[in-house]
Amino acid sequence: MDTLYAVFVDPFAQMIDMPDFFLQVLWEGFVAGVLYALIALGFVLIFKASGVFNFAQGIMVVFAGLTLVGLHEKGVPAWLALILAIAVMGVLALAVERLVMRPLVNQPDIILLMSTIGLTYFLVGFGEFVFGGEPKQMITRELGLPTGSTAIEIGENGLLILQHIDIAAAAIALLMVAGLGIFFNKTRIGRALRAVADDHQAALSVGISLNQIWVIVWFAAGIVALATGIMWGARSDVSFALEIIALKALPVLILGGFTSIPGAIVGGLIIGIGEKLGEIYWGPLVGGGIESWLAYMIALIFLLFRPQGLFGERIIERV
Amino acid sequence: MFYRESGQYKTTYESDQAIFPIREDRIGIAIIMAMALITPFIASEFILASIMIPFLILALGTIGLNVLTGYAGQLSLGTGAFMGAGAYACYKLATIFPDINIVVLILLSGVFSAGVGILFGLPSLRIKGLYLAVTTLAAQFFLEWCFIRIPWLYNYNASGAIEVPERRGFGDLILTGPSATATTRYYVVLAIVVVVTLVVKNLVRGRIGRQWMMIRDMDIAAELMGVRPLWAKLSAFAVSSYLAGVAGAMFVFFYLGAAEPSSFGISLSFQVLFMAILGGLGSLVGSFFGAAFIWILPIALRVGLPAVGVDVGAEIIFQIAQMAVGALIIFFLIAEPHGLARLWAIGKEKLRVWPFPYA
Repeated sequence: MDTLYAVFVDPFAQMIDMPDFFLQVLWEGFVAGVLYALIALGFVLIFKASGVFNFAQGIMVVFAGLTLVGLHEKGVPAWLALILAIAVMGVLALAVERLVMRPLVNQPDIILLMSTIGLTYFLVGFGEFVFGGEPKQMITRELGLPTGSTAIEIGENGLLILQHIDIAAAAIALLMVAGLGIFFNKTRIGRALRAVADDHQAALSVGISLNQIWVIVWFAAGIVALATGIMWGARSDVSFALEIIALKALPVLILGGFTSIPGAIVGGLIIGIGEKLGEIYWGPLVGGGIESWLAYMIALIFLLFRPQGLFGERIIERV
Repeated sequence: MFYRESGQYKTTYESDQAIFPIREDRIGIAIIMAMALITPFIASEFILASIMIPFLILALGTIGLNVLTGYAGQLSLGTGAFMGAGAYACYKLATIFPDINIVVLILLSGVFSAGVGILFGLPSLRIKGLYLAVTTLAAQFFLEWCFIRIPWLYNYNASGAIEVPERRGFGDLILTGPSATATTRYYVVLAIVVVVTLVVKNLVRGRIGRQWMMIRDMDIAAELMGVRPLWAKLSAFAVSSYLAGVAGAMFVFFYLGAAEPSSFGISLSFQVLFMAILGGLGSLVGSFFGAAFIWILPIALRVGLPAVGVDVGAEIIFQIAQMAVGALIIFFLIAEPHGLARLWAIGKEKLRVWPFPYA
């Protein structure tokens, strides 16, 4: 009885008891969710266009952030470092398409997945080789991002603190999703991307260059990675530890379905908020630290009921 | 000329169904076994302790993953955690039953990891492919968390790590613990790996292995032909995690000597996955090739680069080794997506017609 009480009643009583703390937790979860969603967005972009499950998205986030900060440390002004970092992601996209994706075209999924894990290894070594392994401070102020915080009073003496950088992150994520939506639906290249996602061979037969499309999606994923790297770096540091956190994007993808951009956003928010609430209110019951696996468990339970994810296309199997 | 099966007639069913039906293969395996047996007499302590022992153990872990991914077609990213489950089970068994021979306990500890594997294999009945891979990540992170948060698993000691106790067996030989010699540990590991590999070889070419392969190739068709997916998939998970558990227990007891939860992190899972894929999915000999390649390459680079005059710091060598491993993985996937086992098969095929390739 006590256990049931602790699981089903106590946490909610706490939430109602301290609404400001509850809102704060909710906000933290929301921001974390936005960042997960951004990483998942990079995965979805590449998966849609090439069917490649890009494991390297996490390390691309770290790598993009490191390039930006590393260049700035070498004395390059912030705006130029930003442009150069974008250029580096472009070169990376070209190199990946030319050296990895093109020779591996038409291979089974697992081989493509492995090649992106190989890419992860390479980028980890390369990033440490060029920029060193120690965590770096993100150049938030130099990039013109807000740094302060706003406190909102709630009820009697409750206080909700919103970091400006978090608000900016949410706004930028929203802008990027809107931008990608317009790009996919209104532009010529966007239509070509959707055609490739639907059917490679049909797309080829109407004159769409697969290679060009792949460079474009890897480049787009690189830019998303850079934005994620900046946002995440501003919250903590730019370090290789991010790579493990980036794995959290996988349950997000599962929830949202591998091919859906809105799915990535909704999945990200569910995971972000779910794991923060779980950690704060239910974590102490089992000793804390459940944040490391709760996301995967949530995804697992969802999958048992909907194997294709929330927004994924229905899986039809034939013999 | 050297490797030719023509003229070797099989007159009994036994000889037709032998694991090595060709005489040259039997001679080859005998030579390899003899070399494995005399290795301790010619190899240095370093080679034995930090190359041969972990190579054999990881090869067994790779075979475990290969049963699941290569034979039954279920992608798993949780091998590291299943190895950890075996290691912690073995540690608990060794402290609860100090008098039982450690080899028995190691083989027994696999049973516990097999149970854990079945539990996390249950979703595979409904979830497939990459989705399943992500759910195995749940196993990875959940088990890692258990290793940290359940103090009973490491006997409530303050460091949170498991220290291998000294155990004797087979007369008064010191098998585990800091004072066990590399030679002893090597022979024990070799014996376990050889015997278990033999058992697995017979599993995969028997009825159950064929069922796994049917499930891998097309699960719906397999179901229509009378294979029970529940039974086939869960047995694959059970056997796979049993092997991973035994490998994990040996990894701690005969190689690391002490382990903490981070020893069984996601990077170990990836490492074993690389070994399985580079070696060749669905091939036991490939598991050995893959394990040798992935384990020895970074060590060779670390030892070899300073030897040829590239004198840079240890950290930079580590980074270069990591880049090289990543690049080589991609190169190998492009050059031969079916792994080293396929190269081996091609080599044998070539040798069969040598020196008259067009005859």
